[in-house]
Amino acid sequence: MIRFLAGRLGFAALVLFCLSAFVFLLFFVAPGDPARMVAGDKATEAQLIQIRSNLGLDRPILVQYASFLSRAATGDLGFSYRNQQPVASLILNRIPATVSLVVGGTLLWLAIGIPIGVMSACHVGGLRDRIGQSFILIGLSFPTFVLGMMSLYLFYFLPRQAGFTLFPPGGYKPLLADPLVWAWHLVLPWTTLVLVTAAIYARLTRGQLLQVLGEDYIRTARAKGLSERVVVYRHALRATLTPLVTQLGADIALLLGGAIVIEQVYGLQGVGALAVQAVKNQDRPIIIGVVLLGGLFIVIANIAVDLLYVVLDPRLR
Amino acid sequence: MTLLEARDLVVRLPVEDGVVHATQGVSFSVAAGEVFGIAGESGSGKSVLTQALTGLIRGAQVSGSVTFQGRNLLRLAARDLCGLRGSQIGMIFQDPLSSLHPFHTIGRQIAEVIHVHERVGGAEARRRVVAMLDRVGIADPDKRFDDYPHQFSGGMRQRVMIAMALVLNPPLVIADEPTTALDVTVQAQIISLLDEMRRERGTAIVLITHDLGLLSRIADRVMILYAGQRVEIAPSRSLFAQPAHPYTAALLRSSPGHHSPGGEIAPIPGRPPSLLVPSRACVFAPRCTEAMPICVARKPPLRLFDDGARALCWLEDGARAPAPRTPAGAPPPRPSRGGEAPILEAEGVRLSYPTGRLLGGRGRHEVLRGIDLALWRGETLGLVGESGSGKSTLAQVLAGLVPTTGGHVTFEGKRLDGLDSRGWTALRRQVQVVFQDPFGSLNPRRRVGAIIGDPFRIHGLAKGQARKAEVRGLMEMVGLDPEHYNRFPSEFSGGQRQRIGIARALALKPSLVILDEPVSALDVSIQAQILNLLRSLQRDLGLTYLFISHDLAVVRHVCDRIAVMRAGEIVELADTEDIHARPGHLYTRMLLGASHTAPIPAAVHTRRLVETTNEVAT
Repeated sequence: MIRFLAGRLGFAALVLFCLSAFVFLLFFVAPGDPARMVAGDKATEAQLIQIRSNLGLDRPILVQYASFLSRAATGDLGFSYRNQQPVASLILNRIPATVSLVVGGTLLWLAIGIPIGVMSACHVGGLRDRIGQSFILIGLSFPTFVLGMMSLYLFYFLPRQAGFTLFPPGGYKPLLADPLVWAWHLVLPWTTLVLVTAAIYARLTRGQLLQVLGEDYIRTARAKGLSERVVVYRHALRATLTPLVTQLGADIALLLGGAIVIEQVYGLQGVGALAVQAVKNQDRPIIIGVVLLGGLFIVIANIAVDLLYVVLDPRLR
Repeated sequence: MTLLEARDLVVRLPVEDGVVHATQGVSFSVAAGEVFGIAGESGSGKSVLTQALTGLIRGAQVSGSVTFQGRNLLRLAARDLCGLRGSQIGMIFQDPLSSLHPFHTIGRQIAEVIHVHERVGGAEARRRVVAMLDRVGIADPDKRFDDYPHQFSGGMRQRVMIAMALVLNPPLVIADEPTTALDVTVQAQIISLLDEMRRERGTAIVLITHDLGLLSRIADRVMILYAGQRVEIAPSRSLFAQPAHPYTAALLRSSPGHHSPGGEIAPIPGRPPSLLVPSRACVFAPRCTEAMPICVARKPPLRLFDDGARALCWLEDGARAPAPRTPAGAPPPRPSRGGEAPILEAEGVRLSYPTGRLLGGRGRHEVLRGIDLALWRGETLGLVGESGSGKSTLAQVLAGLVPTTGGHVTFEGKRLDGLDSRGWTALRRQVQVVFQDPFGSLNPRRRVGAIIGDPFRIHGLAKGQARKAEVRGLMEMVGLDPEHYNRFPSEFSGGQRQRIGIARALALKPSLVILDEPVSALDVSIQAQILNLLRSLQRDLGLTYLFISHDLAVVRHVCDRIAVMRAGEIVELADTEDIHARPGHLYTRMLLGASHTAPIPAAVHTRRLVETTNEVAT
């Protein structure tokens, strides 16, 4: 077990190393002069040289990369070109909003998606299946931004015109200050995220469950005299958890790296919004920081999923 | 005392192509404490029948009546039926590998039955489960309670299934092919365990199987199903002594155990009808050797005979007596081995795999431990052994598909490990393999003509029209209609698919054909057809066969010599008759003792027709 974990952690470190090298190289070959970005259009050539020397941009790429790596290992990701703030703390400030969106969203989409999938699979071909399938089709067909705009229009704009505020248009309020205000601000982002993602989980649950319900051990469970409810929830659903966990790991990791569209639509000051801003400003240290953070979440999620497999499937122990 | 009584049971299963008439007016009754056998080939409706009456088939339209403990099961509310399942009717299914939930411990799975039907504390349930596990022969039951199904062998898992079915002591147990997926020696243990349980607890057992030999040993009464109809129901003794229905007689006749080795087996021609259209005449008439004009015109009446047999047949005195076993006169000439070098020789063949485990620990798993074997031209060598003994691995090594890790294989004087690429190509033409599963080993998206023509294409031998002509010739030779050249494998039955596999193997006129369980997936009547085909091809083409099987009756019938394998070693190798007459190794004796063939029906008729009715009665 320890060997397995050590191996996976070593591999994760290798992945992050390769990712950082790739991103670094990408910016080296990309056009644009960071010194000009920092100094502005009116800067003289002498000022630019001074800035390059300050930022270390005049050194060879390998030296730059080595010094980046040695600092990154201590948690120092450098400073933003734009406002000279440390990248690490800029990103850390954005994490609460993203985590709030993703954790709340995950719980909600599981709570909605899985039961819809179960309902659909248990009444396959019937009316309830068709309702479930319609939900899946609608959820999968809507692009996130369309759904986001629509709910803004319906739940913020129209009530405002009628003279009252149903939900705020966005923004993030800290959880610890006032949980109610926090949740109230997140209702619309959650709804949008959940509608889109729950459909994926409903479809996955339905498909997996249909397969499992045809298994011999489900017949055995029925032959024991278990009620259909117990057969489905204790025996069938248990066997569909492995693919669900796989999907969940990937989804959570991706979103934690920045739920770009939703954060943009609702003005949530999350990691995704930071990334968009940094790309617009060509703020390389921030972009590299955000990419590495996304990579970190993905390798962690993969290790977590592998460990969960062992917990879920006794045959792997 | 009648425990279960089914009257005029009809089961229809709606499918995409229409409605499958899976069971058509079947009536039977099961008395307390008896073993009631239901036999029939695949698709005869035997599993559907029993699962339908306990409400386990969703979407099935079931009519008729099934009385159990004074209640009609077909009218019960789902809740009440759940209450009966598990507590009053226990069920055991065929495949213990897939019938247990892989993610729950076996103790929990058995205890669940108790918890559903009784209000019992966890400790009490555990105590009862452990006692039950102990009773069915699981060693150290208290420790094994918390083990998962994959930690048990196939036979042990079936014991767990039996414990699950019996833990609440139900008066009726339905066992659906409980031993089919198991090795012969394990089969015998499971059957005697079931029989013991019945004696001990007075449990009635409905035993569904295609294995007539098994039923002849333990069933009190037997019902034979064909195409969803009850063609015969009789006390076991009279059914096996003198089958009343021609189908029963034909089934018994087509068992290789009833024919002298090397002779022709009497197969049942044709194949079972489609169940989408219910028959207006006798369902068996198209395959019946005793069919009369009336058989194909009108539904047969029910005949009741004085020995208690009932048959759905126009014949007034039952089926013709099956031909007695051909006297074992001079054995068929055995291929001479004098002076000639063997075509294939294995010397000290070893094979082992490294076992790198997830959680550390390294070793090597030995599959073959020093095999010495020689095959002479024109003979059939049987390779028998239980699952995991290394039979199929040995076959792959001999065919050159897997390299050895020790020893060497010589084919026609050349060592396989020293072959260059041209030698390999030649070897591939000389040695062919026919695989077990005719459903899984043909690419479903390719036409049969293309599949059989593959060897010509790969070896660049015949093209275009020439190849087509060759393929059609091969199809003719193995008894397929050459007109079906452009069909897909799914349009053929299991037996026909195995013929396709054989045609493909014979395409390049090989000298050695390795047959890996070629008839195990087929029903007896079809099995006999394929065995006869293999026999005649060998005679005509001078083929050498390596015949792998777990079925001793089949092996005895087709093989000149038999090698018995166990745990990667050949424990005994001798002429077929010698092995049967004087098994040397203890393991061989165990295998022989565990296999059983139905008794040979008597040649003389003694029965008298008592009554003929047209209505369906019990």
